[in-house]
Amino acid sequence: MSAKGRTATRDAPWFAGLLVAVGLAYVLLVLVMPLAAVFIEAFAKGAEVYLAAIVEPDAIAAVQLTLLVTAIAVPLNTLFGLAAAWAITKFEFFGKDALLTLIDLPLSVSPVISGLVYVLLYSVHGWFGPYLQANDIEIIFAVPGIVLATTLVTFPYVARELIPLMQQQGSDEEAAAATLGAGPLRTFWLVTLPNVKWALMYGVLLCTARAMGEFGAVSVVSGHIRGKTATMPLHVEILYNEYNFVAAFAIASLLAMFALVTLAVKTLLESRFAGELAAQRGT
Amino acid sequence: MTTATASSFRFRERSALGGFWPAYGFTVFYLSVIVLIPLTALVLRPWELGVAGVWNVVSSERVVAALRLSFGAAALAAAINAVFGGILAWVLVRYDFPGKRLIDALVDLPFALPTAVAGIALAAIYAPNGTVGALLAPYDIRIAYTPLGVMVALIFIGLPFVVRAVQPVLEDLSADVEEAAATLGASRCRTITQVVFPAVAPSLLTGFSLAFARAVGEYGSVIFIAGNLPLVSEIAPLLIVIKLEEFDYAGAAAIGLAMLTLSFVLLFALNVAHRLLSRPGMA
Repeated sequence: MSAKGRTATRDAPWFAGLLVAVGLAYVLLVLVMPLAAVFIEAFAKGAEVYLAAIVEPDAIAAVQLTLLVTAIAVPLNTLFGLAAAWAITKFEFFGKDALLTLIDLPLSVSPVISGLVYVLLYSVHGWFGPYLQANDIEIIFAVPGIVLATTLVTFPYVARELIPLMQQQGSDEEAAAATLGAGPLRTFWLVTLPNVKWALMYGVLLCTARAMGEFGAVSVVSGHIRGKTATMPLHVEILYNEYNFVAAFAIASLLAMFALVTLAVKTLLESRFAGELAAQRGT
Repeated sequence: MTTATASSFRFRERSALGGFWPAYGFTVFYLSVIVLIPLTALVLRPWELGVAGVWNVVSSERVVAALRLSFGAAALAAAINAVFGGILAWVLVRYDFPGKRLIDALVDLPFALPTAVAGIALAAIYAPNGTVGALLAPYDIRIAYTPLGVMVALIFIGLPFVVRAVQPVLEDLSADVEEAAATLGASRCRTITQVVFPAVAPSLLTGFSLAFARAVGEYGSVIFIAGNLPLVSEIAPLLIVIKLEEFDYAGAAAIGLAMLTLSFVLLFALNVAHRLLSRPGMA
C-alpha cells in the first residue's frame, strides 16, 4: 500500500482496519491461543514440577527414541530426495509424470493409514508376519515399525523442494562439467549440490519437523510401550490419558519450542535465500 | 519423448550426463518398499472379507457416521478457512501493520507443531473449564467433546494451506488492473468482488482442496478434543485404530480403502472445478 497516488486502489481506513482486525482476531483465536496454552498449562504448577516431568526416565527415553527415529528417517528420505531429483530433472525417461505423482502420494494419505499399511504387511497377521516370526524379527510394536511409518509420512518432503528448483535450473551446467570429463558423482558434488544447498536444507528442515512430531502413523505401529516404543508425541498422549496434564504439556512444550525454532529457521531461509529456494513456494 | 519414434521406442533419451541408472534404480526401489508395496496391501487386504463383507463394513452405521463426520467437518473447516484465510492473506499482502512479519511466519505453525501437541492444547482451551469453553458454557454451547470440536481442530490444521495458496496470487495481482477498474468508474467494492475475487478464486479453491485433503485423514489434533463418542464425534481414522485394536485387520483396511477412494474422487472433482474456474473465459 504505497501512499502516493494510489487513491483508486487504496481502501478506506475503516475498511482496511476492519479487515486487519478480523485477520488478527482469527490468528489469535486459531494459532496464538493454542500455542500459549501449551506453555501456560506446562507451567501451571511451577517450574519445579515442569523440570521434574522432563527429566523423568520415561520422558528421556521418549526424547531419545524420537531423536533416533528422526536420525534414521530423515537421512533416508534425503538420500531418496536427491536420487529422485537427479533422475527426474536431469534426464528424460518414460513414465516420469507417473513417478512424480507417486512421490506426492503419501501427502494425501491419512497418517493412520500410513501406519496401517505396515501393520497389514509386517504384523503377526500380516503378509510377511509368518516369515518374520519364524526368524524372530520384530517390526510392528517395535522401533523398526516406528521408523517405517515415520519414513512414509515424511517421504516426499525433500524431493518436493529439490525437484521444482532443479527443473528450473536445467542441466546445462552439469552437461558442461560432464563434457569436461567430470564423472556423475563429481558433477553432482561440485556443480549440482552447491546450486541446491539451501533448498535441500529447507526440505530437510520440514522433513525433520514432521518426523519428530508424527503421531497418527506412529501411534498405530508403536504399541505404546512406555519407555520403550513411545516417541515424544506418544508419551504426551500417554501422560494426557493418565490425567497427568502438567507432565503432558511439559513434553508438549519441548516439541512446541522445536516447532518455533523450525519456523524461525524456515522464515530466515525464505527471506535470505528466496531466489535459491524453489521457484514456486507452493505448500 | 520427443525424438522417440514408434519403431524405436527408447526408455530414456540419450544424455551427456551419467548416473541415471543408480539414481533411478534407487528411486524406484525405495518408492516400492516404502510406499507402493504397503499401499498394495491396503488395496488387496479388505477383499479377504469378500465383496459383500467389505460392503457390510463400510456401510455399517458406525462407519458411515464416522466417514460423514470426517468428510463433513473437513469440508466445513476448509470453507471457514477459505473465508478467513482469504482475508488473512489479503491483509498480509495489502496492508502494513505492526507485527505483520511475525504473524506471517506464525501462519505456518500448524505445519511445524506436532498434531498431538495442538490436540491437547485445543482440548484445554475449549473444554468447559478452558479459556474459551468457560466463556461459552453459560450459553450452553459446548465445543470440546462434540462434532464442533472436531471442526475446530481441523480449522487449526488447514489454515496455512489456504493462506499460502492465496498469498502468491495476490502478490502477483498487479494494482494496474484494479486501477483500471476504478478509472472506469467501478466502486472499490465492485472492483474487489468483480476483479480481485475472480482472480484469486482458483487459488482459494486450491487452498480449500489442500486443507480438505489434509483434514479428512487428520487424527492427532482431533482425538483429544473430539470426545470420540461412537456415531456422534468419532472420526474415520479413529475407527481404523479401533478395528486394529480388535485385530480386525481386513475391516480396518476396508475403512482405509473407503477413505482413500472417497477423498481421491472428491479431490478429482475439485481438480476439475479448478480447471473450469481458471479458464480464461471464467476469470
